[in-house]
Amino acid sequence: MLTDITIGQHIPGSSIIHRMDPRVKILITLLMITILFFIDTFIGYFLFLLLVVIILLTAKLPIKRVLRGLKPVFFLVILTLFLHLFLTRGGEVIWQWRFLRIEEAGVFTGFFMVSRILLLIMFTSILTLTTSPLELTDGIEYLLKPLARFGLPAGELAMMMTIALRFIPTLLEEADKIMKAQKARGADFESGNIIQRAKALVPLLVPLFISAFRRADELALAMESRCYRGGTSRTRLHELKLKSTDIYLFLLAAGLAVAISFF
Amino acid sequence: MLIELENIRHIYQLDDPVVALDGVDLGIERGEFIGLIGHTGSGKSTLVQLLNGLLKPSEGRILFEGKDINSQEVELKEIRRRVGLVFQYPEHQLFEETVAKDIAFGPKNADLAEEEIDKRVREALDLVGLDFESFKDRSPFNLSGGQQRRIAIAGVLALKPEVLILDEPMAGLDPAGRRKLLELLRHLHRDIEMTIILISHRMEEIARLASRVLVMDRGKIILEGRPAEVFNERERLKDIDLDLPVVTDILKKLKEKGLKVRTDVFALEDARDEILTALEKQSQFRESRPC
Ligand SMILES: Nc1ncnc2c1ncn2[C@@H]1O[C@H](COP(=O)(O)OP(=O)(O)OP(=O)(O)O)[C@@H](O)[C@H]1O
Ligand SMILES: [Mg+2]
Repeated sequence: MLTDITIGQHIPGSSIIHRMDPRVKILITLLMITILFFIDTFIGYFLFLLLVVIILLTAKLPIKRVLRGLKPVFFLVILTLFLHLFLTRGGEVIWQWRFLRIEEAGVFTGFFMVSRILLLIMFTSILTLTTSPLELTDGIEYLLKPLARFGLPAGELAMMMTIALRFIPTLLEEADKIMKAQKARGADFESGNIIQRAKALVPLLVPLFISAFRRADELALAMESRCYRGGTSRTRLHELKLKSTDIYLFLLAAGLAVAISFF
Repeated sequence: MLIELENIRHIYQLDDPVVALDGVDLGIERGEFIGLIGHTGSGKSTLVQLLNGLLKPSEGRILFEGKDINSQEVELKEIRRRVGLVFQYPEHQLFEETVAKDIAFGPKNADLAEEEIDKRVREALDLVGLDFESFKDRSPFNLSGGQQRRIAIAGVLALKPEVLILDEPMAGLDPAGRRKLLELLRHLHRDIEMTIILISHRMEEIARLASRVLVMDRGKIILEGRPAEVFNERERLKDIDLDLPVVTDILKKLKEKGLKVRTDVFALEDARDEILTALEKQSQFRESRPC
């Protein structure tokens, strides 16, 4: 179902992970993603996975939910795997049938890439699951602030992101509803070839866009009538403050990252 | 029996599952006009989406003419054609460039012939009281909300369903729009003999139109019967935060004060006549009484 997608769906909690400063969480996530691209052994991936599991357990996140978040990338994963299996050349030939050939290097890179994608998604979903969209954008805004000097509208960008994140579940729900309504009129979203399926999406997408625009309009009005103004002069209700635990955790993460990247 | 529900449970799978329907048994005869009422979240919308196979029950069976609609032998598309469902705010689902094309969407999906589709579009527009010639080429997005609503309903009527289900179709319409829609429903029921299921929060409308009223609370049907029977249970309805129709409320209060009125009339005019007759009788009685 559409509503299974985890992005932007925060699970409130009070674990140490939940209470971390969002800026630190974002930085750690960026760091870990970078490290992920340097890992080139399965032991490295295994250690990374171990780290992910430990964080999941500390944050008391339902593992099922995190796994369900992987579903949307299922096809990407399969595709990556197959492309590498059949196209990457090198090493011994493992299996051959007519023009199809799987070689050793293909198997390795295939599984490497897949592990990389899955771990990447898992790690970033930890961030979005344990951080409310509000905190997340606050964090991003702080981190982008230095760039404001070069004319980057950090505040506006952050606001746009908050809104986008906030409306993903709403739009998915809306899509679900419209889909049902069109099905009630005999629409068929599930069968047919690619062209037929693409065509079948029109009755879903048109109303969805219209409703998105209508929502945007209404939201803009509502914000304006509550005197929203962009710009740097906005003050905030909750100032972000680094705590000592945040610094320790960051150092810990950095240490782990360096350690893992040795494998 | 046209539709039968056997011990239906429906659970929405989320992180914490929501039991939306909890043991519903229900039979619907051809030609009935069913009014479905209940507090928000009581499971009304879930129930009606089960009836045309948009949702599958977690437990229990739904029979249409004796056949389980979720079994292999039944074509869901066929069920959806025969059981038309108008969602809440149906105008949000319009998508075509012209009114005629949008209404034709359903019949087209049913693989009808070109002339038949054309005929159905005309008929459906006619039913909802819009002129075919002047509306067919207009964009549905440039119409008023009430007109859009009627176009959307026409889109379902064009399927010529045997059962028509409407989920709060009056929400957000002005009084005139509501009245017209009510008239349409009455016409569909009386003259075209459609079976109708109407979800509404307005007790007046339900009371005047329905031949049977179902009251839902927390996933169960807790009360059912003719409008007069159901609205007699003021205390039970109050327990689940439902009001009586205003007319019934007034009649009941008058009766409590000692005026001998019937409480099973729901149209405003009938209630007025009822009260007037009762008052007349009472004053006659007083006059004839020797003091
Ligand atoms: N798509 C969904 N996913 C999860 N839970 C849902 C979904 N739709 C409804 N529910 C839940 O199921 C229960 C019944 O909802 P339903 O929409 O059937 O109520 P309703 O009687 O139609 O209410 P209303 O009068 O507000 O329309 C509610 O508790 C609701 O939160
Ligand atoms: Mg509802």
